[in-house]
Amino acid sequence: MTILQAVNLDKHFGGVAAVTDLSFSVTEGEIYSVIGPNGAGKTTLFNMLCGYYVPSGGSITFAGKDLAGMETHQIAAQGISRTFQNLQVFYNMTVLENVMVGCHMRTRTGLIKAALRLPSVIREERQVREWSLEALTLCGLEHLADREAGSLPYGELKRLEIARALASDPKFLAMDEPAAGLNDTETVEMRQLIQRLKERGITILLVEHNMGLVMQISDRVLVLGFGCLLAEGTPQEVQNNPAVIKAYLGEDV
Amino acid sequence: MNRLKGFYVYAAVVALLPILFPDNYFVTVVGATILLNVILAVGLNLFIGYAGQISLGHAAFFGIGAYSSAVLTTRFELNAWLAMLVGLGLVYVIANLVARPILKLKGHYLAMATLGFGIIVNIILVQESSWSGGPDGLGDIPTLSLFGFDIDTDLRWYGMIAFFSLAAILVSLNIIDSRAGRELRAVHGSEFAAQMMGVDTVRTRTNVFVLSAMFASLAGSLFAHQQAFVSPESFGFGFSIEIVTMVVLGGMASTYGAVFGAIVLTLLPETLVVFEDYEMLIFGGILMGGMIFMPQGLFVFLTQKIRTVLNHRSGPSPKPQDAQKTLECDS
Repeated sequence: MTILQAVNLDKHFGGVAAVTDLSFSVTEGEIYSVIGPNGAGKTTLFNMLCGYYVPSGGSITFAGKDLAGMETHQIAAQGISRTFQNLQVFYNMTVLENVMVGCHMRTRTGLIKAALRLPSVIREERQVREWSLEALTLCGLEHLADREAGSLPYGELKRLEIARALASDPKFLAMDEPAAGLNDTETVEMRQLIQRLKERGITILLVEHNMGLVMQISDRVLVLGFGCLLAEGTPQEVQNNPAVIKAYLGEDV
Repeated sequence: MNRLKGFYVYAAVVALLPILFPDNYFVTVVGATILLNVILAVGLNLFIGYAGQISLGHAAFFGIGAYSSAVLTTRFELNAWLAMLVGLGLVYVIANLVARPILKLKGHYLAMATLGFGIIVNIILVQESSWSGGPDGLGDIPTLSLFGFDIDTDLRWYGMIAFFSLAAILVSLNIIDSRAGRELRAVHGSEFAAQMMGVDTVRTRTNVFVLSAMFASLAGSLFAHQQAFVSPESFGFGFSIEIVTMVVLGGMASTYGAVFGAIVLTLLPETLVVFEDYEMLIFGGILMGGMIFMPQGLFVFLTQKIRTVLNHRSGPSPKPQDAQKTLECDS
């Protein structure tokens, strides 16, 4: 069943076309990767998906709902979450608190209830803590829960972003280069983590430059070049596609 | 209970001081001013310290609260408590209206817009003399009374303001330690990520702006009744800066830091006579020095120092790894 569908998506910044007439659909429960050289429009695609950019044309539908005109927090409420290529960690909080923010949509307490600290608030706090520790455990960060987020090394910050996204109990997780800057061991751990997320039934949209990782875990791969679709298919199909080889390696002169 | 340990210690000190020194001017009069400023600083700290926004016009809300109480009790002979509530309601409406256009702005622009708002309110207080009394102000404001007791001595005022001041601190602590408080800090940390976690950041910023304005309005109403007199000069730009300085000096994103800042900056002019002439110069100096040398604030700076000293005595503590926030480069 299709969970995310992009139809004739366009985005240009002034005269520069970042994404042109892009159509694709992601099936529920799969790992769908988007690859392409730098500047191919991958991050632009992510930013349109989560409402940060407004598409110049075309539409994105999630679980049957058109995302047009929705603000980021409304899109998040549909069950979409993401991690960021250039980390967006809350450095003014502890690791646990970062993940607790992720539980935002699953809880209700507003300013007035919080100010009075009603019994329901205390119950909710306990529940949020439990959910957050669960997400941290899944990402192997539970022992760092009380550390300041800023004191974590880079690889763990990447996993912290995943834990935070998980705490919101998403149906769909868009990951922007989760393995960038990781060493080999960390990359293997990241691959295992992404597979665990898939096993939990989360659909994953993955943008990644590490081809080894992409080819190992993806169900399907979309190749972008200069904002256009070059190829789509299973990892094997894509690897043997002449257009893809040309885009990555160039052609004979 | 551990969560409120600091609060209980502080409340005990606030309660004990007037019992130990009931006739001391410093305790009852200066003390009451400190406690009033604590309400303002703690409220503004929610907006500046936790949510990471800036307001240079907060004295305006302090003024609107004060003038609501003053005008309604003197001209319309409304019950003082009702007048206080009307003031809060008025500030709620005004802050919401102002927030709409203003909170679209960030950083310097937000600072300029709030500055402008503060000046506009001050000009209205001066010019609309038919009801505000103009530059001469309004006098003969009746005092508050509680269960038939008039709050008419310095000691009673101390108690009254102490009650609201402690309530303000408790409310601030409760909010910060909850979903609503994390929302504020998330907006400060990364607005985009906060939105991605489902936080409606425009609403969050509006709500905390309104809440901190209502803290100021409450303080204003208390101030009007305590002084029995209000005039526009108490609510000018200078006082807005003073509240911001309290927040920055004490420590942004720390409720006790704001309390600390309010105490220090209220005591300074009382103890140093030279302060009178160089007030703005000293506040400016503190603001700049604080931002440069102790961006986390004096209170947080000192408590961290003390903690480090204590930790050294009780054996070496594990050294935190260095932050590596900016390794990644965009592609």
